[in-house]
Amino acid sequence: MNKDGVNTSRRTFLIGLTSAIGAVGAVGAAVPFVQSWQPSARARNAGAPVKIDISKLDLGQRVVEEWRGQPVWVVRRTNDMLNALPKLDGTLKDPDSSVESQQPGYARNEWRSIKKEYLVLIGTCTHLGCSPKYEEQPTVDLKFGGFLCPCHGSKFDMAGRVYKDVPAPTNLVVPPHSYLSDAVIIIGSEEGETKA
Amino acid sequence: MRKWLLVFACCLPVLALASSEQGEHLKEAPVNLEDTVSLQRGAHLFVNYCMGCHSLKYLRYNRMAADLEMPEALVQKYLNFTSEKPGEPMQNGLSHADGKAFFGKAPPDLTMETRLRSPDWVYSYLTGFYKDASRPFGYNNHVYPNVGMPNVMAGLQASMSEDEFHQAMGDLTNFLTYSAEPIRPFRERLGVYVLVFLGILFVPAYLLKKEYWKDVH
Amino acid sequence: MMGRVNRLIDWVDARLPVVDAYRRHMSEYYAPKNFNFWYYFGVLSLVVLINQLLTGIWLTMFYTPSDGFGSVAYIMNDVSWGWLIRYMHAVGASAFFAVVYIHMFRGLMYGSYKPPRELVWVFGMLIYLALMAEGFLGYVLPWGNMSYWGAQVIISLAGAIPFDVVPFISANEAKEIGDALTTWVRGDYLLSTATVNKFFALHVVAIPIVLLALVVLHILALHEVGSNNPDGVDIKANKDENGIPRDGIPFHPYYTVKDLPGVIVFLMIFAVVVFFFPDGGGYLLEKPNFEPANALKTPEHIAPVWYYGPYYAMLRATTIEFLGMSSKAWGLIAMAGAIVTLFLLPWLDRHPVRSVRYRGWLSKAFMMLFAADFLMLGWLGTEPAEAIYKTMAQFGTVYYFVYLWLILPLVHRFETSRPVPERVTGGRH
Repeated sequence: MNKDGVNTSRRTFLIGLTSAIGAVGAVGAAVPFVQSWQPSARARNAGAPVKIDISKLDLGQRVVEEWRGQPVWVVRRTNDMLNALPKLDGTLKDPDSSVESQQPGYARNEWRSIKKEYLVLIGTCTHLGCSPKYEEQPTVDLKFGGFLCPCHGSKFDMAGRVYKDVPAPTNLVVPPHSYLSDAVIIIGSEEGETKA
Repeated sequence: MRKWLLVFACCLPVLALASSEQGEHLKEAPVNLEDTVSLQRGAHLFVNYCMGCHSLKYLRYNRMAADLEMPEALVQKYLNFTSEKPGEPMQNGLSHADGKAFFGKAPPDLTMETRLRSPDWVYSYLTGFYKDASRPFGYNNHVYPNVGMPNVMAGLQASMSEDEFHQAMGDLTNFLTYSAEPIRPFRERLGVYVLVFLGILFVPAYLLKKEYWKDVH
Repeated sequence: MMGRVNRLIDWVDARLPVVDAYRRHMSEYYAPKNFNFWYYFGVLSLVVLINQLLTGIWLTMFYTPSDGFGSVAYIMNDVSWGWLIRYMHAVGASAFFAVVYIHMFRGLMYGSYKPPRELVWVFGMLIYLALMAEGFLGYVLPWGNMSYWGAQVIISLAGAIPFDVVPFISANEAKEIGDALTTWVRGDYLLSTATVNKFFALHVVAIPIVLLALVVLHILALHEVGSNNPDGVDIKANKDENGIPRDGIPFHPYYTVKDLPGVIVFLMIFAVVVFFFPDGGGYLLEKPNFEPANALKTPEHIAPVWYYGPYYAMLRATTIEFLGMSSKAWGLIAMAGAIVTLFLLPWLDRHPVRSVRYRGWLSKAFMMLFAADFLMLGWLGTEPAEAIYKTMAQFGTVYYFVYLWLILPLVHRFETSRPVPERVTGGRH
């Protein structure tokens, strides 16, 4: 052992260089392990867009389909339901759908949908994830109909907008969707028409 | 100790010598995984001639579409006759029991056939049918004696020249080589990058070792 | 900043001897300065172990014992990067054995098992044994046809192990006990998902825990007595005024910086196999394993993976019957004996000189022949047992035992050794 005349700065430099390149390698090696946690091809296939036929839907009627393990509702609203929407603005937390995460841009309008008549929603309460009940007819709680969560009493109107003074913080979510034709909606894909 | 290593190295070829396999006269398959057009033709042939009985259940339609540079919509229209969703595996409607009843042995899934046998075997098999009246379907095979499969390519073969038929079977073999390991071209490209990176990392690591070992006398 | 870090270290150190451990095992562990090429393989074993643990944990996330074959295909084709993780694990298994075999050969060359390092060797052998169990269990999990038939053969063997060779038990009784035992191992009347489930638990939980504990013991025992070196010189016999061996250098930084380039070169070789030859020409991933396990279809040629080759060759080569025992029983005895004998190496080798460098030429020649014999047996084990191969395997088996039980204990009487130097030779590399 002889430590005389050690070039300390060269050692420090080489340690730094080796560590830096090694760190790049470590990050690169971590990529496969991290990315393998993403949904696999099987999961992506299971979570692929779902088509819903709306041609047989009556006025006021709702269909429920499953998409990625969540209930998706399509409601064909009556004129009464649509006409009631603007009257409720004062009693709602977010009447103008200003929270962007709750609907795609093309559903950010006064009726929260692409086509006025058809409301498309993810049917889970934004409070703690229960599935609200559809109240087609007016009730004591919902004078113009809407959705009432059985778990903690959150209330939503016929555009999925949340009322004031209930636990749910935000409006019900409108999933990404589009119209393949007048009769078919595809949930989870924007390959079809997203304009009315 | 270096001379021991040398002695060792000399022993190895002797061992390797006897391990060369006795060949069964297989034709060399024209495999080229970069030839997308050939793979596309192979996919068409598979779907039209093989898939009635054989599945590719570990390959998904949309994976094939992406890898073989075919638009998903066209694959759905012209190649996918079995399912609505493009992400489904390439399966068929033939049940195991039916397959067994029809052919004596259920037609196997072919996703990994070229890795189970070899591309050369598959190519030789596909081009190896000959007329044999003693067999139930009227054909026998050079590399698979008394095969249970009928010669489904007979019609195709009759409509083509010998060269065209060999090319078609080459395309089919190429496609099956792809299906056995769809990641292979990417794996080999990535391997080059990994080796280059490790080569770069080696330089400062080696210099660092030299630097520290100046202390040791 | 540094002050705070130091205070944290002090705080921990007052409660757990981390600084002490770092000194004892890294900065003040004095290793001989003349380590050569063969001394990379200990650290490489550790690198492969870490690779196996990491990729293994990840594979567990996607593997399903009830659909072994399908879930491996799922990992290969559907899981993002699953193919890479799986190849790294499969190639890693072979790499593990490769580096461990070379590591063991180094021990044999330089007499690293001789006193006072007997326990280091014994723990190492236990690691090797655990590794063989781990390799076998893991090989069954992909549930391809070779998995199935490989397991079938080995488990059938297991059924005949003890009772066939114990006197006072009739053949009929032995068969019953053997059948009962194989049924118990399988958990079914045939190899089935019940077996795969059991093997999965053993492969991913039980054996790895044992393996890790043994690795810790192996290193602790080594650091207690200190590393051997190519000269076989005891460096602790020559210390300076501070009590530091004159031929020793601190493991850190000298051997850490020396091992690093070695590890990188190893990773390059590993990457070449993983990225360009993951099948290893049928030696790493065998062809019949690309079709699902099939109880009605035996592969044309059932061979163990290359790393079991030597023992399998010995098993098959034993065809004699004597002392009233069947050749099958003797085959098992040969196979088990070959492994047990390796455990006894520290006591079988009676040569007064530790390293082969200073032993006579007879020792050198017989040792090289032994290494070649082991390689030959390994290769024969993966080949069909045809006429000439069988004879070769029989000669190989005989020499294996003759070397370990006769030559190693006695060869020093027939040769003159060179004098062993006081100090190690050749410090710089």
